[in-house]
Amino acid sequence: MTIKDQLIMGIETSCDETAVAIVKNGREILANVVASQIESHKRFGGVVPEIASRHHVEQMTMVLEEALAQAKVDVKELDAIAVTEGPGLVGALLIGVNAAKALAFANNIPLVGVHHIAGHIYANRLVAEMEFPLLSLVVSGGHTELVYMKEHGHFEVIGETRDDAAGEAYDKVARTLNLPYPGGPHIDRLAHEGKATIDLPRAWLEEGSYDFSFSGLKSAVINVVHNAQQRGEKIVPEELAASFQESVIDVLVTKTVKAVKEYEVKQVLLAGGVAANKGLRETLSTTFADMDVEIIIPPLSLCTDNAAMIAAAGSVLFEKGQRADLTLNGNPGLEITIHNESSR
Amino acid sequence: MKVLSIDTSNYVLGIGLLDGETVLGEYISNIKKNHSVRVMPAIQTLMDECGVKPGDLSKIVVAEGPGSYTGVRIGVTIAKTLAWTLKIPLTGVSSLEVAAASAGRYFDGYVSPFFDARRGQIYTGLYKFENQKLLVEKEDQLVLSVDWVKMLNEMDHKVLFTSNDLKLHEQVIKDGLGDKAIFAEITEHNPRPAELALLGRDKEPVDLHTFVPNYIRLAEAEANWLKAQENNK
Ligand SMILES: [Zn+2]
Repeated sequence: MTIKDQLIMGIETSCDETAVAIVKNGREILANVVASQIESHKRFGGVVPEIASRHHVEQMTMVLEEALAQAKVDVKELDAIAVTEGPGLVGALLIGVNAAKALAFANNIPLVGVHHIAGHIYANRLVAEMEFPLLSLVVSGGHTELVYMKEHGHFEVIGETRDDAAGEAYDKVARTLNLPYPGGPHIDRLAHEGKATIDLPRAWLEEGSYDFSFSGLKSAVINVVHNAQQRGEKIVPEELAASFQESVIDVLVTKTVKAVKEYEVKQVLLAGGVAANKGLRETLSTTFADMDVEIIIPPLSLCTDNAAMIAAAGSVLFEKGQRADLTLNGNPGLEITIHNESSR
Repeated sequence: MKVLSIDTSNYVLGIGLLDGETVLGEYISNIKKNHSVRVMPAIQTLMDECGVKPGDLSKIVVAEGPGSYTGVRIGVTIAKTLAWTLKIPLTGVSSLEVAAASAGRYFDGYVSPFFDARRGQIYTGLYKFENQKLLVEKEDQLVLSVDWVKMLNEMDHKVLFTSNDLKLHEQVIKDGLGDKAIFAEITEHNPRPAELALLGRDKEPVDLHTFVPNYIRLAEAEANWLKAQENNK
């Protein structure tokens, strides 16, 4: 007897990408369609929530259709529809959630709500099988977290940012240097062209803490620029970018290494949009090269927001028996929790 | 021919089911409570009670706005997704047109339904029934109620006003129109989902993928950006 393949659709609209994917058996991408709105938001220097919501309504059914066509899958064949329920922009989340509910209702398919960060972490399962216990370093525009997982669906946040997310700090520093939005990739590029010559602070916080803080670093960068202007000196953007990036990566990697040792994990997974950062990828790879722990870094397309990661996380939660009903709502401040069969 | 209608464009949440010439059922509430949580369960309950399965539907009709941006998007998203996956036509109907039909079907004169849009403004339009057909006299728009009433006064006709926000603009209307203003009874203010279904049943379907709500207004950031572009010329 052959076991039937599991087909999960993922829907993700938490920020400025309208995304739908179909994933087979939690690991194999059959389709991963992302309609990015970045060109539309560029002119505003950041994502405008109302405009993001409007674009999602325009794109939703087209992206659904494209994903099913690419996967050569009929809606009726789906085992479940997994959708990002939060965190994110509330108006944006509502589009994905309500499309998912309508689709689930019309075709009588189970519905699973997925935490956006759980999605980012599970992007790694599309690359390599997870081995527990593991640690995930989640770095994005809205998040900087160290998440410990002892098994599938179990998420324990052991450290998080107390102020700005790393990605936020990147955007603010980019603005200070008059770089176009989104600034992260520009800083990363400049950092590779310069040397870290400027002394910038690293927020280690109290002994033993896995929390992060980037607002002090951001202010220090602004001060350096400001002081230079007052003295009529020129800042070399490459040097400032390199110094800033070195400080961020130093803290991220050092804390990750410490947690890896304390929690004795088998794997380290990099997750979130900032995981696309070349400097971070390189430093992590070299740091863990000599250690007895496997580091997994997803390709760029799976680091930024996409729906394959939501389907991948949804696949596991579905197997664990997690179900949402038609009252599922978008929840902008959703906390990542430990999901088990008795919850919900 | 079974038509499902959905209206979440304002506080009123309305779901209707029309089967040929029979209204099978309606769900209406007029409360300030999360549409996103309540619409799909309302659709499910009404369809279950009426013994209609999703596959039995032959058309979806949605109130396309104006109204709350978020509210209208919820209804339009659900309507588009249902119509797309069930492979049936979708039609959008002005939320104001539904309100006009709900209160003014037998009124001999103009009907001005409106929704409050804050800072003295209203979303409104001017409608008129002629031989059982609803005609649009003035397109849906965003306007100061004072200016709207002034314009209506110059037209010199009786006007029926219907709105759940009537109290907010009643004085302005009375001051501007005097005896020419007629106010609908409170039982007429909720736009009726069966009217929405009926109006939409006879309208041309829209292009499903490109269909979007009628917000009337640009997003604030977009309006500001356009203004800045103008100034930089
Ligand atoms: Zn993300």
